[in-house]
Amino acid sequence: MSVLVRDDGFHAEDFDGLAVELAPTTAPEEIAALVANAGLVAVRFDSFADGRGFTLGRLVRTAGYTGRLRARGPLIADQYAMARRAGFDEVEIPAEIAARQSEADWRARADWQAHDYRKRLGYKGCDSLLA
Amino acid sequence: MYQHNAFDQAFLRNRNTQFRAQVERRLSGSLTEDEFKPLRLMNGVYLQLHAYMLRAAIPYGTLSADQMRVLAEVAERWDRGYGHFTTRQNIQFNWVALTDIPDILDHMETVGLHAIQTSGNCIRNTTTDALAGAAADEIADPRPYAELIRQWSTDHAEFQFLPRKFKIAITGSPDDRAAIAAHDVGLQLVEQGGEIGFRVLVGGGLGRTPMLAQELRPFLPSAELLPYLEAILSAYNLAGRRDNKYKARIKITVFEHGIDTFRQAVEDQFARIRPAYTGEDQQLLAEIAAQFTLPDLRENMAEYDATTRKVDPLYAAWAAQAVSAHKRADHASVTVALKVAGEEPGDASADQMRALADIAARYGYNELRITHSQNVVLPHVAREDLPAVHAALLRAGLAAANMGKLSDIIACPGMDYCALATARSIPLAQEIAQHFQTIGLEDEIGALNLKISGCINACGHHHLGHIGILGLDRAGAENYQITIGGHEGDSTHPAAIGEKMGPGFAYEAVVPALERLLRAYLELRNGAEETFLEAVRRLGLAPFRAALYAEVSDAA
Ligand code: HEM
Ligand code: SF4
Repeated sequence: MSVLVRDDGFHAEDFDGLAVELAPTTAPEEIAALVANAGLVAVRFDSFADGRGFTLGRLVRTAGYTGRLRARGPLIADQYAMARRAGFDEVEIPAEIAARQSEADWRARADWQAHDYRKRLGYKGCDSLLA
Repeated sequence: MYQHNAFDQAFLRNRNTQFRAQVERRLSGSLTEDEFKPLRLMNGVYLQLHAYMLRAAIPYGTLSADQMRVLAEVAERWDRGYGHFTTRQNIQFNWVALTDIPDILDHMETVGLHAIQTSGNCIRNTTTDALAGAAADEIADPRPYAELIRQWSTDHAEFQFLPRKFKIAITGSPDDRAAIAAHDVGLQLVEQGGEIGFRVLVGGGLGRTPMLAQELRPFLPSAELLPYLEAILSAYNLAGRRDNKYKARIKITVFEHGIDTFRQAVEDQFARIRPAYTGEDQQLLAEIAAQFTLPDLRENMAEYDATTRKVDPLYAAWAAQAVSAHKRADHASVTVALKVAGEEPGDASADQMRALADIAARYGYNELRITHSQNVVLPHVAREDLPAVHAALLRAGLAAANMGKLSDIIACPGMDYCALATARSIPLAQEIAQHFQTIGLEDEIGALNLKISGCINACGHHHLGHIGILGLDRAGAENYQITIGGHEGDSTHPAAIGEKMGPGFAYEAVVPALERLLRAYLELRNGAEETFLEAVRRLGLAPFRAALYAEVSDAA
């Protein structure tokens, strides 16, 4: 079983509907068509060290998708703020990581909006990309 | 100089707190070694041959006297009394304990120093011309842009886990003193119809597959810098290879896809990203630029420099090498060689760092620079103070006049510190420097740029040396390959990668081979004005190759 992480901590799976998963190799120009009717889009990370998903997350937002966006894979607590800033609403981690990295480790990064250089430089964030 | 504001300070403190917790979480098992590794790297912590190494950033190569004093203190309290200035405007402390590093970072933070993104697969410290803001030939000061890039790239949410490290260099002068063609992205400030912008290069890098960067955009309006960089990085983040770390740098991405396809991918991303930037960065840029104005240069008796040169030959010899022209004629920039023959290139002891800080505080408007040839520059010195600066440097053992000459060698740490090394580089640099000074040929040979790397990763940039030396391992024995004709690029000649001469040399055979090579040059040159590199350009490689291998073929 995997665990969902949001700003307020751990949650059990609570989505039921049409989910679309994007592989790390998804081409930017294919994204809009793939996510058009989804109730949930999950961008898959095969390894925490593979950062493609962060760019893909933003591109899902740029493609006009406003629904629930999830980063799925063995991310670590230290990447929570990155995922949120890249446009994700939540992170889905394997139980093994949730057992090792406590809810407190994750919640320590719930302040992802603080200390953000890019925001200070006038980057409007992913929501602004929704035309 | 840029002063950290409340935002920067809060950011740094928060970041240091996070790193302290990461070290604790590594010790408690919350983080595995694999998970901890990229986190320590993005905070400047490397695991080396003998110990952890901390690589601190010297943003755009600029240090205040106070910052230099703090570096001296770090060297003394937590290391073995010295630090090593690198070719990328960083300083490395080679003998620190992992559990001390959070304290070291906190201490550095008090003067606005940090080690963020000095290692790892992220955007590294942006490097620039060490004479920025002082050089007479500058189109615009590159440092405000470098600071803007620092802010934008620091903790950038998308680009902390790139396929590989990413290095940006920026030059404000047509005479590129930042080796931009050897970087993942090279930026050259240019002016077009009264507007300032950038010529953007991409895909340069040395290492095992040396490539010079290609032009991506001939002119990018300066206001579009951040969204355009973001577009380049996004394209690379998606397309860069992750299956083979030796093929993961952007130079390979560009090479495999071709520059036109890559440019198209960048422009596609740019169209998406551009609207997300409000332009507020330009306002911040103006505030940053206001902090990079020249200090209040004082009126002084500049003639004292020229009159001292007439009567003091030791001073004159030093000044001829160490002093360069400043925007304001009654001032000068002084280069201090950290290449004392017999010592490690780029090393500075805590005492030397303090002496430099004192000299900068007294004569140099509190400012110091670290160059990409591992030397230190006092960018602004009143000409009347130059003789006093020379005297103070003499007392500190830092008055060598070898800048730009043979013994001003760039060498990577090699076998002495580096886990990846296949050969020694520092001891070889020491032997070469000493040999040519002992036989008295260094001054006669004149301008020569010699670079040594201890393995194929090419940290010493040997490809760009007029003479480059690459130390390899051949069946358990050190073997040194020599290249000739490399060049970092300037306003008259573009950057060039040196040519391999032939079979390598054993450690003991390198110095004699270089002596044959350089004696041949002295014989062949068109008078003393023709430098080694110019002679190579005029005559081609053949006579030099013949000289290098003369003895070998005699014996055969
Ligand atoms: C001792 C620890 C060090 C290690 C383990 C190390 C490792 C590496 C590696 C593996 C690369 C090649 C990366 C690639 O091409 O993808 C590299 C490149 C580089 N290193 Fe180091 N390095 C060390 C110290 C230094 C020092 C002390 C300097 C400066 C004097 C330096 C300057 C550079 C530069 C300029 C490059 C870029 C070369 C290029 O353009 O590809 N490194 N380093
Ligand atoms: S060139 Fe090789 S030996 Fe030298 S520092 Fe780099 S990785 Fe180490």
